[in-house]
Amino acid sequence: MLEVKDLYVTVEGKEILRGLSLTINAGEIHAIMGPNGAGKSTLSAVIAGKDGYEVTSGTITFEGRDVLEMEIEERAQAGLLLGFQYPVEIPGVKNVYLLKAALNAQRTARGEGEIPAPEFMKLVKEKLAFMKMDASFLQRAVNEGFSGGEKKRNEILQMLLLEPKLAMLDEIDSGLDIDAMKIVADGVNSLRAADRAILLVTHYQRLLDYITPDVVHVLVDGRIVKSGDKSLALELESRGYEWVQEESAA
Amino acid sequence: MSEVQAFIDRLEERSAERRDVVSEPTWIAARRQAGAARFAALGFPTKRDEAWKYTDVRRISEGDFALASDADFSKATAATLTLPLDAIRLTFVDGVFSAELSDLAALPSGVGVEPLSQALATNHEAVGGTLGRLTGVEFSPFSALNTAFNEEGAVIRIAAGTRVEKPIVVQFLSRANAAPVMSHPRVLIEARARSQATIIEHYSGEGEAANFTNVVGEALLERGAILTHYKLQEAPLNDLHVSSLHVDQGRDSRFVSFNINLGGALVRNDLIADLNAEGAEASYYGLFFAQGRQHVDNHTLVNHNAPHTFSDENYKGILGDRARGVFNGKVIVKRDSQKIEAHQNNANLLLSDRAEIDTKPELEIYADDVKCSHGATTGQLDEEAVFALRSRGIDEQTARGLLTLAFAGEVMELVGLDAVAERVERTVAGKLPERFNLAGLVELAALSEDSPQQGE
Repeated sequence: MLEVKDLYVTVEGKEILRGLSLTINAGEIHAIMGPNGAGKSTLSAVIAGKDGYEVTSGTITFEGRDVLEMEIEERAQAGLLLGFQYPVEIPGVKNVYLLKAALNAQRTARGEGEIPAPEFMKLVKEKLAFMKMDASFLQRAVNEGFSGGEKKRNEILQMLLLEPKLAMLDEIDSGLDIDAMKIVADGVNSLRAADRAILLVTHYQRLLDYITPDVVHVLVDGRIVKSGDKSLALELESRGYEWVQEESAA
Repeated sequence: MSEVQAFIDRLEERSAERRDVVSEPTWIAARRQAGAARFAALGFPTKRDEAWKYTDVRRISEGDFALASDADFSKATAATLTLPLDAIRLTFVDGVFSAELSDLAALPSGVGVEPLSQALATNHEAVGGTLGRLTGVEFSPFSALNTAFNEEGAVIRIAAGTRVEKPIVVQFLSRANAAPVMSHPRVLIEARARSQATIIEHYSGEGEAANFTNVVGEALLERGAILTHYKLQEAPLNDLHVSSLHVDQGRDSRFVSFNINLGGALVRNDLIADLNAEGAEASYYGLFFAQGRQHVDNHTLVNHNAPHTFSDENYKGILGDRARGVFNGKVIVKRDSQKIEAHQNNANLLLSDRAEIDTKPELEIYADDVKCSHGATTGQLDEEAVFALRSRGIDEQTARGLLTLAFAGEVMELVGLDAVAERVERTVAGKLPERFNLAGLVELAALSEDSPQQGE
């Protein structure tokens, strides 16, 4: 589904990713872990098309399409969706507006008609209930005045509604208390499907107690230096990252 | 002063033409002369005049403007320009009254809406008491010019205790003439005690038009009167537009102004409210949007002439390309006007590096027990928000349009007329797909409020 090959990325002249390769197949959940500054957030930002990241070499393909040639919105319409570590506040744009506009943009791109308002409301209510969010969220400006946990739940709500093929969740666990973490994890687990993949970027193993990954990657100095199953995450938790760094340097 | 002389010559020419056609009361002729004399003495304002520091009027002073003598206008074009509202409607084409494009059938009792020419013909003395009382020839060279040339306008009278259900639209259409024309209309509003009405001054026209409109408005709000006044200025992009509205407010009266400017090449608005008795309240909401090389200048003034009076002002400016905006908001609190409250805010969004805004709040406070605030900010679209929207599949143009509209949101949320809001939306955000229209949003809001709340 997603194939990243030998990717080199610089940010403001500094090389952050140095030959990163990664393959994600449909139905899989991958977790990328690593120390601060390893380039974890850079990977998902580049895939989503964020400004300021220069790809100096390497390729990213998604279902056979060259992602780097696609506009930001085309990537989203193709089913590549990024859940932000720090969701931005958008004063004046109501949540319900964003959700409906985004859903219709995707449907239009797929050649489907726009969703009728009552059907949309029914759907969005269902997803809200699942995320234990009050309907009043819809009338509030996107993320404005939301707590950290509310913002993260809002990101997952968007995922549930937009049903991406590949959901990339950047540090979705940061700043969450245990109750919010469970709700977010339930949301992510409900996304699990044979035709869908999920990429979790996280610093801590804690999230993986609630969402079981198929593959765990360790990202150090801009490259994936080790991959394994979920037991690798536990090992990282108890031993830290140093031993992987040493092992890869050796 | 040859520019001034050209206008005076034009006036004499016009007077000669009209002498045999229209018989004017002597007081009108005297006013006309006073206006001409005052204008000749003042000349056009220059950048040395503080009130015109940022606004160059040479496109007006150096122009050669004829005066229209008919109101012929394509019905089909008028239909697309006219606001889709069930309204009482007065229409002027290049300043000339068009009975055909007006709708004055079945005026409710207590409501008088008629062209100035008709009001003068019926009872000129009834007009004489009000006309020019608030805005005389002294106010500005343009008010003097208006007084000299004025032939037509709107006279709106709301009787005491009358609540007018339908909005009253005064529509000014600008025509694509072979040569540019000018018009100097008056708008007279008399809102008697405890009356309530919504009046919309709407300026639009044919795309290729390049005319000069110089309008003077005066509104009298008696005790307890409530007037919501919209100015929707979407004049053709080569039109020149100068306007003033002076409001006199009695005890417990409430004046709400929506001053929305989307069109015109050169636009100057003056808005003045005199809060003359306790409990009087004025709210000024403004939105100006300019692109290309449009120039929009808004000067507002609130005179707190009595204690316990209230004013609140919020102007939003959106400027793209090489457009230029001016906001000058003045509040004057008289010595004995204690316990007043005056708030003012101006926020501007610059969509390009070459757009420019000059914003200046002015507070003159001579009382000591008052509550006043003012603020001004200028910024750009939040690129992170643009990315956030695009990353959800929304195309860039729509994302920028939505965010630009959102900037205007604080003002637009208060606009109670969908027909007005939609015009703004179309101009500011481009032609958005139907799903983004306010109507759709309202529908969604209703649906989400009706349903029982779920979750926590």
